[in-house]
Amino acid sequence: MQKQAESILLTPESNDDVQEILRTHERLHVRGGGTKTALCRPADGAAILATSGLSDILEYEPGEFTFTARAGTPLREIEAALAEHGQYLPFDPPLVERGATLGGTIAAGLSGSGRQRYGGVRDFLIGVRFVDGQGQLVRGGGKVVKNAAGFDLPKLMIGSVGRLGVIVEASFKVFPRPQQYGTVCCAHTTIRAALEQVARLNRSAFDIEALDIAVEDGRPVTYVRQGGLASTLGARQEALRNWLGSGDILGASEDAAIWQQAGDFAWLPPGAALVKIPVTLNSIPLLDEFLAAANVERRYIAAGNLAWVSWPHDLAELDAQLTQRELGGLVVLGETAWPFLGARTGASVAARVKAVLDPHNRLPAL
Amino acid sequence: MSTQELMAELARRIPAERLLQRPAQLAPYESDALTAFRSRPLAVVLAETQEDVIQTVRLCHRYSVPFVARGSGTSLSGGSLPVPDGILIALNKLNRILRIDIDTRVAVVEPGVVNLDVSRAVAAQGLYYAPDPSSQLICTIGGNVAFNSGGAHCLKYGMTANHVLGIKAVLPDGEVVQLGGNSLESVGPDLTGFFVGSEGLFGIALEITLRLLPKPERYRTVLAAYSSLAAAGNAVAQVVASGLLPGAMEIMDALAIEAAEAAVHAGYPRDAAALLIVELEGEEIQVEAEFAHLLQVIESSGPDEVRVAVDDADRARIWKGRKSAFSAVGRLSPDYIVQDGVVPRSRLGEALATIERLSRKHELRVANVFHAGDGNLHPLILYDGRVAGELERAEVLAGEIIAMCIELGGSITGEHGVGMEKRQHMPAMFAETDLEVMATLRRGLDPAELANRGKMFPGSEAPALHSRGPHPLEQQGIISRE
Ligand SMILES: Cc1cc2nc3c(=O)[nH]c(=O)nc-3n(C[C@H](O)[C@H](O)[C@H](O)COP(=O)(O)OP(=O)(O)OC[C@H]3O[C@@H](n4cnc5c(N)ncnc54)[C@H](O)[C@@H]3O)c2cc1C
Repeated sequence: MQKQAESILLTPESNDDVQEILRTHERLHVRGGGTKTALCRPADGAAILATSGLSDILEYEPGEFTFTARAGTPLREIEAALAEHGQYLPFDPPLVERGATLGGTIAAGLSGSGRQRYGGVRDFLIGVRFVDGQGQLVRGGGKVVKNAAGFDLPKLMIGSVGRLGVIVEASFKVFPRPQQYGTVCCAHTTIRAALEQVARLNRSAFDIEALDIAVEDGRPVTYVRQGGLASTLGARQEALRNWLGSGDILGASEDAAIWQQAGDFAWLPPGAALVKIPVTLNSIPLLDEFLAAANVERRYIAAGNLAWVSWPHDLAELDAQLTQRELGGLVVLGETAWPFLGARTGASVAARVKAVLDPHNRLPAL
Repeated sequence: MSTQELMAELARRIPAERLLQRPAQLAPYESDALTAFRSRPLAVVLAETQEDVIQTVRLCHRYSVPFVARGSGTSLSGGSLPVPDGILIALNKLNRILRIDIDTRVAVVEPGVVNLDVSRAVAAQGLYYAPDPSSQLICTIGGNVAFNSGGAHCLKYGMTANHVLGIKAVLPDGEVVQLGGNSLESVGPDLTGFFVGSEGLFGIALEITLRLLPKPERYRTVLAAYSSLAAAGNAVAQVVASGLLPGAMEIMDALAIEAAEAAVHAGYPRDAAALLIVELEGEEIQVEAEFAHLLQVIESSGPDEVRVAVDDADRARIWKGRKSAFSAVGRLSPDYIVQDGVVPRSRLGEALATIERLSRKHELRVANVFHAGDGNLHPLILYDGRVAGELERAEVLAGEIIAMCIELGGSITGEHGVGMEKRQHMPAMFAETDLEVMATLRRGLDPAELANRGKMFPGSEAPALHSRGPHPLEQQGIISRE
């Protein structure tokens, strides 16, 4: 990697400041907590707009199970406020401990293993305010859990990677957190066997909080997490293990540790890039064949809907492989000038939306 | 005139029996379920294939003639009202289930597939499609996508948008695009989610990839009767605050109970001022333990009577009453207006008390049957259009209810959409810039504003006549609401 010219750092403290910056700067790159390193690298000449000064929980009404916070608010802070009332972010955002912010998580479109149970970040975001590429402050959605008025602008911000506007404020719905968690894990000899177990669980009526396949030293291990009332969890874990036919039951503390590590990508080797690849149970076998041959660490989460792949090699190679398999990817950690890999759907619609929200391309290309 | 050329071109592509042009053929399509509006299209295309839709849209674009997609025409906001002298593209016959994948719990359907038919197709495999509008026996997935429709069971797993993974659509200028895919996850802006709820203004969905859920092992359903609507509303706030996560939480008031009883004999307590239905779902041992907790919460909310569904038949009866209540209430009065506003759940009791007060003030009966768990009100304002001044009073009352929802920090619509009906309320909810950006996004996808012109945005013209009475298809006995 070439050494880059230092970028100017702008730290707005109000929505007005953000609007002013968008109106007066030719090229900008938005940065939240900076935890998604691959998404935080400005092109030469672009100023960095950091959201660190836009940090505050504006409204939180526990009885309502909704909150509104400014985009730069660290998730750690939000999770702590929710936890005081036994509530949580069911989409289980990653990189919380490293300092991920609310806005960064929306913009990167990232959910963690816990998305298995009730859905991802897209399913919990109910309203946003953002400043578009022309410096206009725009609101979409609202603060109530159900709302069909107007186009769903919050959805546009999910995964927009700071390229359609600067998110300044967001409202979410939240859920009561399960009293207790536990995990059953099973080692498998082949990826096919692990995938078959996931498919079997998909056809069952078990309520599962997280369902991951981690490939550890080449061996696939499934992690099946349950949660709920402490009084019934033990019996439910037994029932699940019996139904699976094998597996180890992990207790509460072990459970907490492994899922915490999963959320922090503790398994990622130093120096490797981390790539998010949406997949399905049907597309995993072919992808895994290639990844196994490349000998890289990987984890398939949410019942085989998402692959987290560590990539220590040239990203162009992965890009080509993904394109060939009609899969898309987003580089989340690592260094790259262009985070999107492989195939993209809806590119022409994205281009039309970009032309409306950021006609002068002040924000990076999408 | 370009419309003549358009009709000639359409006639070349669409067989005569599927290209309706005579007034008698067009009559059933002049309204949707918001019968206050009526307008006659130039022609109706009964699409049978995706290609029919694509060709029709491209021709409309070429000749600059507006078009409107129509599923089953059950929209309550005038969403599928034809644009006068535009083309109505009817999608009921574009109704194949293209693919079902049990292992990944996904179904790919064409837009004319009826909501309930998705669940029926996968029931034997233990799966279902979660969003369950009361109209699910007739409404289509395409219509559901356009409005982000909800239902009684959207509390836990969300509305249509939360269950749509991918959409193939024809944009208003004829370009065919694929948004999203088969995975629950995606990269780049969530364009699938953006399309959902676009009320037919972004073009026509041709193929929709749906997420299926496993049928819960156990349901536990409780019915509680209260002596006031506000008490039932407060009970909802208590259940929400208790940390339980019910699959459904619904309220009906005395009028709705009376109507439902008359229609389907659900066995509801007839003297209650309000009924609350709460349902838990999930793994059996968990649900049983939660249910004990739920009953405590309900008991402490001061109900007059509590009934627990003892078996599946009992549960089915409770839901049949609830799901038919809406149209049953309609029979209590020659005419009615339905509102669909949302308030914060913790303020339901207050909102319901206000509605009661407004009802007395305007001397009009208001029935309430609604999705209480997410604060989505459905006041039905009953009036008789033959009595001078009643319609006007009903409209004033409806406006005051909407104003209350906005004031409480809620929304003008939870699931029925803006359509024709709530266009004028959009500026109360959104700032001018918000609406301008939405309008610009729309023009980005549809520069000529051909798709569903006149809907959603305030002030846009779309001539319509006031009329009364049941849906034209109902009048003709083609559809019924049970
Ligand atoms: C008795 C009754 C009960 C109801 N209960 C509920 C309820 O519980 N919850 C709820 O949410 N709604 C409810 N509704 C409202 C209505 O059923 C829903 O809005 C439904 O989704 C409409 O489906 P439809 O097939 O009838 O669509 P239509 O009314 O035909 O069309 C609705 C909108 O969708 C657009 N559209 C249709 N197909 C497509 C497509 N393929 N691509 C793009 N746009 C398209 C149309 O242009 C129109 O704007 C109820 C209605 C009635 C009459």
